[in-house]
Amino acid sequence: MPRITVTVDGVEYEEEVEPRLLLVHLLRDRLGKTGTPIGCDTSNCGACTVLLDGRSAKSCSVLAVQADGSDVVTVEGLARGEEWHPMQRAFHEEHALQCGYCTPGMIMAAIDLVRDDPDPSEQAVREGLEGNLCRCTGYCNIVRAVRRGAREMARQEARTA
Amino acid sequence: MTEQLDAGLVGERIAESDQLGRPSAAHEVGRARPRKEDARLVTGRTMWTDNIQLPGMMYVAFLRSPMAHARITRVDTSAARSQPGVVAVYSGQDFAGEQGSLPCAWPVSDDVVIPDHPPMAVDEVRYVGEAVACVVATDRYKAADALDAIEIDYEPLEPVLDMTEALTEGSPKVHEAGNQAFTWKFAGGDIEEAFRDAPVVVERTYVQQRLIPTAMEPRAVVATTDGETFTLYSATQIPHVLRVMLALTTGIPEHRLRVVAPDVGGGFGSKLQVTAEEVLALLLTRRLGRPVKWTESRSEGNLTVHHGRDQLQRISVAADRDGRLRGVRADLLADMGAYLMLVTPGVPLLGAFMYNGIYKMDAYDFRCTGVFTTKMPTDAYRGAGRPEATFAIERTMDELAHELGMDPVELRRRNWIAHGEFPYTTIAGLTYDSGNYEAATDRALALFGYEELRAEQADRRERRDPVQLGIGVSTFTEMCGLAPSRVLGSLSYGAGGWEHASVRMLPTGKVEVVTGTSPHGQGHETAWSQIVADALGVPFADVSVLHGDTSVSHKGMDTYGSRSLVVGGVAVLAACEKVRERARNLAAHMLEASVEDIEFADGSFRVRGTGSGRTIQELALATFAAHDLPDGFEPGLDADATFDPDNFSFPHGTHLCAIEVDTETGQARIRSYVAVDDVGSVVNPLIVEGQVHGGIAQGVGQALFEEAVYDGEGNMLTTTMADYLIPSAADLPDFVTDRTETPATTNPLGVKGVGEAGTIASTPAVVNAVVDALRPLGVRDVRMPCTPERLWRAVTEARAAQTGSAQTGSAQTGSAQAGSTQTGAAQAGSTQITGGAR
Ligand code: FES
Ligand code: FES
Repeated sequence: MPRITVTVDGVEYEEEVEPRLLLVHLLRDRLGKTGTPIGCDTSNCGACTVLLDGRSAKSCSVLAVQADGSDVVTVEGLARGEEWHPMQRAFHEEHALQCGYCTPGMIMAAIDLVRDDPDPSEQAVREGLEGNLCRCTGYCNIVRAVRRGAREMARQEARTA
Repeated sequence: MTEQLDAGLVGERIAESDQLGRPSAAHEVGRARPRKEDARLVTGRTMWTDNIQLPGMMYVAFLRSPMAHARITRVDTSAARSQPGVVAVYSGQDFAGEQGSLPCAWPVSDDVVIPDHPPMAVDEVRYVGEAVACVVATDRYKAADALDAIEIDYEPLEPVLDMTEALTEGSPKVHEAGNQAFTWKFAGGDIEEAFRDAPVVVERTYVQQRLIPTAMEPRAVVATTDGETFTLYSATQIPHVLRVMLALTTGIPEHRLRVVAPDVGGGFGSKLQVTAEEVLALLLTRRLGRPVKWTESRSEGNLTVHHGRDQLQRISVAADRDGRLRGVRADLLADMGAYLMLVTPGVPLLGAFMYNGIYKMDAYDFRCTGVFTTKMPTDAYRGAGRPEATFAIERTMDELAHELGMDPVELRRRNWIAHGEFPYTTIAGLTYDSGNYEAATDRALALFGYEELRAEQADRRERRDPVQLGIGVSTFTEMCGLAPSRVLGSLSYGAGGWEHASVRMLPTGKVEVVTGTSPHGQGHETAWSQIVADALGVPFADVSVLHGDTSVSHKGMDTYGSRSLVVGGVAVLAACEKVRERARNLAAHMLEASVEDIEFADGSFRVRGTGSGRTIQELALATFAAHDLPDGFEPGLDADATFDPDNFSFPHGTHLCAIEVDTETGQARIRSYVAVDDVGSVVNPLIVEGQVHGGIAQGVGQALFEEAVYDGEGNMLTTTMADYLIPSAADLPDFVTDRTETPATTNPLGVKGVGEAGTIASTPAVVNAVVDALRPLGVRDVRMPCTPERLWRAVTEARAAQTGSAQTGSAQTGSAQAGSTQTGAAQAGSTQITGGAR
């Protein structure tokens, strides 16, 4: 069985994995990183989105072996101690979640979206999140949250720059 | 964190006291509080059922029938059994003596047929996806691998896929007893008289397509036992009902069975069920003595999570020329699928009282036939029965308005129950306690810019713009807040509708609230904390809400039918009032005053006219110490309460949709959407708004995108999220929502419930808009979902029909029967367009 090394939320793991093991199952079943849920088996829902070397990826469509040598950030790795990531805060403040099942994937996808477009329009957010499905919120508040999170991220960046 | 984030939120508002005795100096109820439950959800520290890992846990996978209808002639599991990692393989036969029949709790009528429903098929399969065998293995991949090695021979039987054909002589039978599951009739007033010589009659047939609820969290079950007691974790909406039903189905004594609903990722009715997989997980853990887990894949879920809707509705309305309604007749066929599940037959009945909508009329007549087919059973899906009813009446009101040449809003105004007429007993026998249809509608029209949009529509029509604008209105009410137990009993439902709560004052003054409701996204932890904070005068942050575990919350009726706040929230308030009464007695004792002289405000009990007092939190500590209690006073300030209201609740609202339809491509785009809902008093405006948003999206999904499609053999064609399209962010506009507040008079909080409102109202608003856009072309109806293909076909067929009629010079008449003056409408009706799904 192939042996891989992968860093998840700042911790390096070395694992022997079956070649067919999906990254999402490595995260959830082997590493106990259950913050990333699974919503489909066809890469349509986006619930499993993580940052893979900084870019959003659906972890159900990545094999664990493909992640060898990569840096993975999940929703569990976003907060700095008790301080949430601005995007997490924005989701909370705008009531952009109900059951919360889509939320980790939404937040990860949103962070990547904002990286490309630091001040996205409503339309840009709607199109950018097309691959992340939510059944509870009707998306209005998610769109608001992503735009608010983007502004907060820019402000935070300005502060630390 | 929550504290600090709350500052400066928009829409914050303090509820005012009123004659209903709601808490007066309210700080929390009515306030737009961001939710407590978010903390774990946004940081990924959740407990979804699939997250649960227990020592020695095994994974279960199910082999499912590839045929819609067949006899099982041979099962061979030996090869599968010898695969690596496989612990056991069982077929239905192996469990035949043990598995019980999955329950149906709603035997609606005397003639109902309730077929035996084994969790795994024993000798006949009746839908694609029905479980026929299962593998238990050491990991999920190995369990799935071994399914391929199970050999099953089937002798195909004819599938039964169409409800109308299923009822004809000589149709193949789903069950021995035949394909009719039940009939149910109901009438008010003299319907014959209402239709006799009616100047205008409009009759329509609508297809309520089959829907897949599609909660984002797939179903999952973990079962474990120590040999004596059993614990079942399940992604369920109904841990309490489930526990009773599982005890009855499996024979595991109820007191040795604990059911836990951990974090649950959405339900919409689909997790209001007693499923085969839950029963089998218990049986497997009992047999193997090891914990087992099953998690469905999405494609498995699309086949086997109960489906929603699937009715064929014939509705006719009779009216006078001035638009006054005389009567409504509704006649439906409801697809039960292959079996009756928990509340399958009751779903159309929940709509039976709603085909008259918010209108006054002389007579009403409803009949429904439940039909078995070889498809996945249907059951409750967001709104359950009421969206179907509302769609039928609201679509037909638009058709009637067109027949009369009247504005659809004006037609509604002429018929609805006026504000001053509440309480009003409808022709269907329900008493609507309160409502203000005028206010909600006026508000919606203003926000929408109705006149301007009508002007733009006229202009586009005039110009023959290829992109036409349609405007759709839907006004609605629903019966929700499911309780009253007595009424549910009279409808043959097997359980009551009360709800339970207990409030525990902990020694340090913090409060634990136990609720019988079982949330899965509704925000009960926040809303219930708000209610308790006001009622006991304690800080919001000092309240925690426990739910979803039968060993913590020992009784309840769970969450569905927009009942949680209306029944469960009120039970919490009632328990708080009992706590307050006990605390008042203790305060009187400690302050050496008479109970009558003790006032309660802002969390403190004070002797009237003096400064001395005790906070409720100090009193809690005093009962813990118990050094000085009044005679006979039991330590503790805890209290239990149940609430069973006398009536349903009746939220209402007006939704308006403007849609642009490209008549050349069939593409429809919602341009704007306005919803003004009246859900009575509001505990948390953020949560209410979120529920309305989500509800609208689901209703729009039915109108434009979603349909579970079976082919002619009974195979499902929409097994993935690529085929079964739920709306994405890119498919929807920003909804404009607002509220009017007409408090319910039947509970002390004045609340009415909000979970289903958006879904009920939006589907007809959108389809009315679609038809309105295309009406000048001769289109009179489009079958849902109104996909580009269907719209394009409707336009093409209507154009062809119009050209045809122009050539022959004969005007076609509409379907209005007696005395209609409207002619020329092509019959691109709902039943004619039967093209592929998408
Ligand atoms: S679980 Fe990965 S996209 Fe759905
Ligand atoms: S919040 Fe439930 S799926 Fe998005």
